[in-house]
Amino acid sequence: MSQSIIQWFRFGSPQAFYPLAGRMIPWFWAAAAVFGFAGLWISFFVAPTDAQQGEGYRIIFVHVPASWMSMFIYLVMAFWAGLGLALNTRVSGMMAQSLAPTGALMAALSLWTGALWGKPMWGAWWVWDARLTSELILFFLYLGFMALQAAIDDPRRADKAGAILALVGVVNIPIIYFSVKWWNTLHQGSTINMNKAPSMAQTMLWGMLLMALCFWMYSIAVALTRVRAIILERERHTDWVKHAVE
Amino acid sequence: MQWNSVGEFFAMGGYAFYVWGSFGACLLLMVAEPFLARRRLNEVRKSLIRERLADELELQQKSQ
Repeated sequence: MSQSIIQWFRFGSPQAFYPLAGRMIPWFWAAAAVFGFAGLWISFFVAPTDAQQGEGYRIIFVHVPASWMSMFIYLVMAFWAGLGLALNTRVSGMMAQSLAPTGALMAALSLWTGALWGKPMWGAWWVWDARLTSELILFFLYLGFMALQAAIDDPRRADKAGAILALVGVVNIPIIYFSVKWWNTLHQGSTINMNKAPSMAQTMLWGMLLMALCFWMYSIAVALTRVRAIILERERHTDWVKHAVE
Repeated sequence: MQWNSVGEFFAMGGYAFYVWGSFGACLLLMVAEPFLARRRLNEVRKSLIRERLADELELQQKSQ
């Protein structure tokens, strides 16, 4: 195996990853602040009023990023969980555990902002349609993952059980993503499509992308902070941890 | 910019409750979560430091 791949495996050890994560966190916070400032500026002061939805459409600037992140974080979480299951690398399971609360938060925000958008536009806070229901299931998958891990005392066994749940739950992600195509739903189709030009004003699109980048950087920063806590909690009996804190 | 006054900005064309309810919830949760994560890290750090001090104290007493 080449030297560079072995280098990457080094960070699979908590001892090597703990200080690395600590050095990375400020940079992700800085990026989140820059993207967030630019995104909010465009969201409120540059993007024009929507012809149909007036100012109410501005919810899109937090609703879409939160929804994207709720799905993306799940994929990343399942990836780490699967990697931990396959290679038995210790940090992988900790990363999966660290991502779950942030993913749950994004799913909750997606549902909350969706309800606040649905009420004035559709006349209902909630409808049992495919997109909304599958997103609600995603929220429950996060909660289930967290509850399952919390219920098992041995962290390595908790990782394994959680990994199975996370991997089985992955099937829900394409269901959410394609739900607006597969079923007749009240939810509008995707705003951004790989095959055709986006069906919205350029400035609206930029605002949404910048806010999504902000949410992304935020998620990495907070997940890295939490994984550092998890590393110390799980490795507290080891010698290196005793010298890592001062 | 489409706002003629600060009041107009906060009114959000009649959608104030929905728009600010959405952005407010995001702000609230995205401030609370890093705070809680940070507190969790600080707490485990503190308890590790206490543990080490206790170990050192024990060692000192033994050597005396």
